[in-house]
Amino acid sequence: MLKKIFLASVLCALPLAALADIGVDGARHLLLRTGFGANPAQIAALAPLSREAAVDKILAGVRTQAVTPPPGWANDPFERPGQPGLSEDQKKALQQERNQHAVELRSWWLTEMRDTPSPLTEKMTLFWHNHFVSALDKVRSPQMMYQQNLLLRHYALGNFGQLLHAVARDPAMMRYLDTANNRKEQPNENFAREVMELFTLGEGHYSEQDIREAARAFTGWGLDHDDQFIVRPRLRDSGEKVIFGQRGNFDGDDVIELLLQQPQTSVFITNKLWRNFVSPTPDPAAAAKLANDFRHNHYQLKPLMRALLLSPQFWRSQGQLVKSPVELTIGTLVTFDLTPPDWRVIAGLNRQLGQDVFAPPNVKGWPGGEAWINSATLLTRKQFLDRIAHDAAPARDAFAQADGSMNEMAGREARINRFVAKGVASMKLQPDEWAAIYDARRAGDAARLLLAVPPANPLPPDASGAKAIAQLLLDPAYQVE
Amino acid sequence: MFKRREFLKAAGAGLMMSILPNLSWALAPAGYKRLLVLVELKGGNDGLNTVVPYASADYYRLRPGIAIAREQVLQINGEIGLHPSLAPLMPLWQDKQLALLQGVGYPDPNLSHFRSIEIWDTASASQQFLTEGWLTRLFREQPTPKNFAADGVVLSSQVLGPLDGGARAVVLSNPQDFARQAKLVADQQPGHAGSALEHILKVEGDIRQAAASLAPLPRTAPSEAPTAGPKPNGGFGNAVRTLTDTLARGVDIAVARITLTGFDTHGNQQPVQARLLAELADGLAQLRSEMTRLGRWDDTLVLSYAEFGRRPRENGNRGTDHGTANVHFALGGRVNGGLFGQTPQLAGVSEGNLQHAIDFRQLYATAMESWWGKDSRNVLGGRFAALPLLRG
Repeated sequence: MLKKIFLASVLCALPLAALADIGVDGARHLLLRTGFGANPAQIAALAPLSREAAVDKILAGVRTQAVTPPPGWANDPFERPGQPGLSEDQKKALQQERNQHAVELRSWWLTEMRDTPSPLTEKMTLFWHNHFVSALDKVRSPQMMYQQNLLLRHYALGNFGQLLHAVARDPAMMRYLDTANNRKEQPNENFAREVMELFTLGEGHYSEQDIREAARAFTGWGLDHDDQFIVRPRLRDSGEKVIFGQRGNFDGDDVIELLLQQPQTSVFITNKLWRNFVSPTPDPAAAAKLANDFRHNHYQLKPLMRALLLSPQFWRSQGQLVKSPVELTIGTLVTFDLTPPDWRVIAGLNRQLGQDVFAPPNVKGWPGGEAWINSATLLTRKQFLDRIAHDAAPARDAFAQADGSMNEMAGREARINRFVAKGVASMKLQPDEWAAIYDARRAGDAARLLLAVPPANPLPPDASGAKAIAQLLLDPAYQVE
Repeated sequence: MFKRREFLKAAGAGLMMSILPNLSWALAPAGYKRLLVLVELKGGNDGLNTVVPYASADYYRLRPGIAIAREQVLQINGEIGLHPSLAPLMPLWQDKQLALLQGVGYPDPNLSHFRSIEIWDTASASQQFLTEGWLTRLFREQPTPKNFAADGVVLSSQVLGPLDGGARAVVLSNPQDFARQAKLVADQQPGHAGSALEHILKVEGDIRQAAASLAPLPRTAPSEAPTAGPKPNGGFGNAVRTLTDTLARGVDIAVARITLTGFDTHGNQQPVQARLLAELADGLAQLRSEMTRLGRWDDTLVLSYAEFGRRPRENGNRGTDHGTANVHFALGGRVNGGLFGQTPQLAGVSEGNLQHAIDFRQLYATAMESWWGKDSRNVLGGRFAALPLLRG
């Protein structure tokens, strides 16, 4: 009751509110960018604050650990991708177990994204997952991916340099980028290349020579019989290397320090954070200053994020980002207080929309932005939103497959589709209830709570807030934040 | 052999050739009614183990662990042969409808997956950064007819690649779902600025137009399904089936792009590549038989592409690292089958990479000029000589 009155007063009083208050629009914007969706109650809590107070409140609450209990197997020893001497049946059973663990791993993280008291932590963890990419299909160990996820969360808003050192020794990463197969006689350049191109400097800021020499420096790093990091001096190339014009008997950690000394690293990371949290086109002067401060701050992430979120560009950027699939699905659950009957429904949906967590498409991760939206993914998005906004009449049952003549792969997709359809239908939101609780009486009130920019399709005059929700969810503007 | 010499001479003449109108070998182009199918071998297929220089001692020297044994190679002449998984392509080779393009690449090659595929997709020079796909530029300058369902369809991928940045492109994973879901796209007022929203509105417009033509025919019985023949295996075969089903309905499109993923074989390459090449060859053979049945094989040109090839020397994990020039395929009812380009020169290679003999933009010029009869100069930012890949 208190919540309702409070929000009502915020909505009504906004035109008169002091300029220092971020208000409903500002609170919704800040919440969507630093987390997933925005529940009207969360909006009400931030709306009366100044920009600085609101950002500091969010940063003060960041956690480094998940609150959702992990799956039971999560802390078991790493399973090995293949053990010698297994029978075909044993191999099959192992694969089935691994698939089951992968499902539970996704459900665990998606639950955390919705339930966490620190959404920014999960947003940053997802950012790093898409930066320091590893994927289950190559790593082949849900435990390793779980441990990597803990690592990314631990450093999510900590120190980038420490994060980089830790990631380089992370077993999932070592397997994903073949570090464990990099030997003196036979250098494997995969990690050396990606650490420069994708993790620190970006294309064009290093030479092929730098990559070859760095690959030599990483030789000797490997995984022991328990798949834990180990240095094997006998496999290490201890000769002199020349990297970025500097000469020495560098090892892997030395290479990482050399990378952190390059000013370009701070520029690259800052620009990527800008594109993720602010807009697709970083302001060159502002980003350069942020990057410079970041480097002189010894790569502390919290002050960088604080400065980014307090930049005037951030507060003018409503609608400039396309919602990622996870932002769309988890965000919608958060916004309408919905609980999926089974998190596999949401995982399956995200996969169809192109963002299967723990399975980025390649080492560069999801390209994001406009690439999230094409004819297929936009229709699936709308299907999901339509299903939760409306009564699921049989005629709308577009997820179900009538076609009986399908092969195994299409059949598997169809099973996911049916499962998703059933799950989505059972988390139908109650527009009347939602509008009543949050006092969104008029269509315009609902639009301000749900959209970052005005709707593309005009709202019917005199529509109630509850009636407008279905149309607002299908409006193209709901796809941006 | 004659053809190859002739081509090398043409390529050697380089830019001088390119200022002459090189239409002597071109068939009378028939515009966008002719279909171009682009097949992306994502990850960088290893060309040396695809078209195998089995007579070369250097090949076996460089690849002691992963070379294709001489007796397994499907020999096509005394020097080279196809990977055994490509057996389904041999009938095409024998019918002279398969061209093997050796040494396709570009100057100053980039070895990053992402940058290099961007170069291929945008048809840029190595140091030039373009944001639009080459087909997007072509279709903006020389549009497809308004009644076409779309400029192109994309299968087995969510990435638009050469159609990125504005072409009318539809991702077609399941035509039934597409038609049904398209009803959720309502009419909008045009004129919303702000790029993110503008992009979404544009995609909605493309959906509306494509949905009007792509509506699937009601299926009464499985036997009346538009495509006959055995059911395909794997994602690539499925995509081929979806494409031919769509075309069987008389839908007009200029381009289809099918992606086959998994060629980034840094380790344990042999079984992975064998499986992928088998999937590719099966799917292409199926494409040929279906398009022949539809009476459209003569109006179909298939070109493969990938971000790069792989290094001649194997790495320490029975795999290969990122390389440069690569082998590609051209096939179709009017393709002038045979060998083009240059067999990889492996003598003296240790850690080095291969030189290219064909610039990939020449393949695009061939598609635009000789296949569709469109000018390619603006799209490619210069004149690239078309290859004599097609016959009348």
